[in-house]
Amino acid sequence: MLNPYLPYPVRITDVRVETEDKTLRTFEFEFLNPKDAKAFDYHPGQFAELSIPGVGESPIGIASSPTEGDRLLFTVFRAGSVTGRLHGMQVGDVMGVRGPMGNWYPLDAHEGKNITIIAGGYAVTTLRATMVWLQDPKNRDRFGSIDFIYGARTPGMLLYRDEMAAWQKTGGVNCHITVDREFPGWTGLTGFVPTVTEQVAPNPNNAIALVCGPPIMIKFTQPVLDKCGWKADQIYLSLENRMKCGIGICGRCNVGHQYVCKDGPVFSKAELDQLPVEY
Amino acid sequence: MQHRILSKDSLAAFLEGLRKEHVVYAPKRDKKVPNKMVWKILEPGESPLFEFANTDMSPKDFVFPQSECLMRFRTGEDGTSVLKPIEPEPRKTLLFNVRPCDGKGLSFMDMIFCQDEQTNDVYWRDKRERTLMVGLACNNPCPSCFCHEANCGPHSETGLDVLMTDLGTRLLLKPLTDRGATLVDGLPEAAPGDVDRAEELKGTVEASMKPVIRTEHLEARSLMDAYNLPYWDRVCEACINCGTCTFVCPTCHCFDIQDETTPDGEEGRRVRNWDFCMSPLFTLHTSGHNPRGKKMARVRQRFMHKYKYIPMKRNGEVGCVGCGRCVRLCPVNIDIRDVINAMNAPAEAKPEGQEV
Repeated sequence: MLNPYLPYPVRITDVRVETEDKTLRTFEFEFLNPKDAKAFDYHPGQFAELSIPGVGESPIGIASSPTEGDRLLFTVFRAGSVTGRLHGMQVGDVMGVRGPMGNWYPLDAHEGKNITIIAGGYAVTTLRATMVWLQDPKNRDRFGSIDFIYGARTPGMLLYRDEMAAWQKTGGVNCHITVDREFPGWTGLTGFVPTVTEQVAPNPNNAIALVCGPPIMIKFTQPVLDKCGWKADQIYLSLENRMKCGIGICGRCNVGHQYVCKDGPVFSKAELDQLPVEY
Repeated sequence: MQHRILSKDSLAAFLEGLRKEHVVYAPKRDKKVPNKMVWKILEPGESPLFEFANTDMSPKDFVFPQSECLMRFRTGEDGTSVLKPIEPEPRKTLLFNVRPCDGKGLSFMDMIFCQDEQTNDVYWRDKRERTLMVGLACNNPCPSCFCHEANCGPHSETGLDVLMTDLGTRLLLKPLTDRGATLVDGLPEAAPGDVDRAEELKGTVEASMKPVIRTEHLEARSLMDAYNLPYWDRVCEACINCGTCTFVCPTCHCFDIQDETTPDGEEGRRVRNWDFCMSPLFTLHTSGHNPRGKKMARVRQRFMHKYKYIPMKRNGEVGCVGCGRCVRLCPVNIDIRDVINAMNAPAEAKPEGQEV
């Protein structure tokens, strides 16, 4: 019988410092048992519990795409005891991953549509997974235009900056990368995400939008989308709440009758409009 | 399945038979606190009590212990530590004289702990499969009981393996599962008159329980309308967030998972402990943000969970069996029946104003 509380043992195969303030690192994991890699069948938008024996677990969005192979990527902000310990770990260290958990961005259900992705700060992680998945040769032709709007405070706080430059070069997607204000050496867009969204003015016809970012960004981006004519059932957001079990039992991550860990983390804005703001 | 009859004179022999394969527990009087009933091992030679209301604590901890080790680790010579699940104990437990509300409580929690392939709590399922329940129908419910209005009832059979009805000097046993049938196999078959007598007792006790709650408006009301009722501001004033109601509740199932280690960190275990939605830490994010940071939000969560969220998600099933424990044991006398009626009251709900 499968034990849903038992993490898969994994080894850290790479650690990259992602941001200039060193609070975010990307960890690459390899499964110790190849059969676990097969069992870990996931989609962009899902998350997993990173598990360090003796310290605890932390739910983190999966930053890699299943199209990239068996290795998993997680970009982790150093915040509490588990993520603090993780930031001190090195290549070769063994820990655990429990998942995949939750639902995912409903891309297959919206095949043929244009995709607008709007991200701010380090909420971009599962949207990196989505962008990589969308650009995979098996998937790219199944969707229309892809607009990727992403902002961070400074150029040094942008995650996956080199990769995004490559996405833009290959030409299959439109990247709109912005930082809050002018910086020496920065030749890209400047301004907050809502402002850039207004300039891009994404067309809602035959399209869905995936929006992930800090509450303040979401608050000011929504009116822009409203102005462009987007309806609540075209917009998908990803929530986070404190979690323990990750499988819809332990009772703390609920928003109304929905559990963020099992029924979410991805909800349409239309669904969230019917729920309390307990997130 | 055929009803059986058991004379109370032959009870000792029957229990002795049950003890061959099971550790038998039954409600017993607490030695220190008068009138308090506790679940204890029924020792050989001891007679079970039939005249009691119910235990203070529900028997949920036989399947969902208050603290339970899930896995262990030991750091190996190469410095790595991998969690290994604990081996389940083979012992079988039999709960004798379970009240029907508690049988329903465990059956309700089956639905929460074993939802589908992904949400299949092996620790719950293993102990549930090794725990048999011989129920005792209620003929004298407490004034605080409202099981008949909570999808349960004084003679409810759900979750039990056998339901016994006390006929005075004899017990009528109704086997409800294959396991239950095996337990009562060998007892004499009941006469039709005995079955009729039990039906009559059931009718009498059900008629004696007056309707106290109404939920028709609450069922029709939208989640947000129920959430925004002004009543929540009032009920939370008395609550001290102590969590007693959640610990004694046969359907409350929230838990925490924590790691414990030896001082050198070389060995440790991952345990789960009962947790409760009344605690501010329950939902606190590492960032300091708390989705239910206010006491009112936490009090509302408990009642909304039981009487709105669960019915929405589980086809009208409520997260309550009407056992009345929280009514009897709340230190500030909050009565869930009043709360349900207030949630049901056709009051003017604020259309806007969601809690932040």
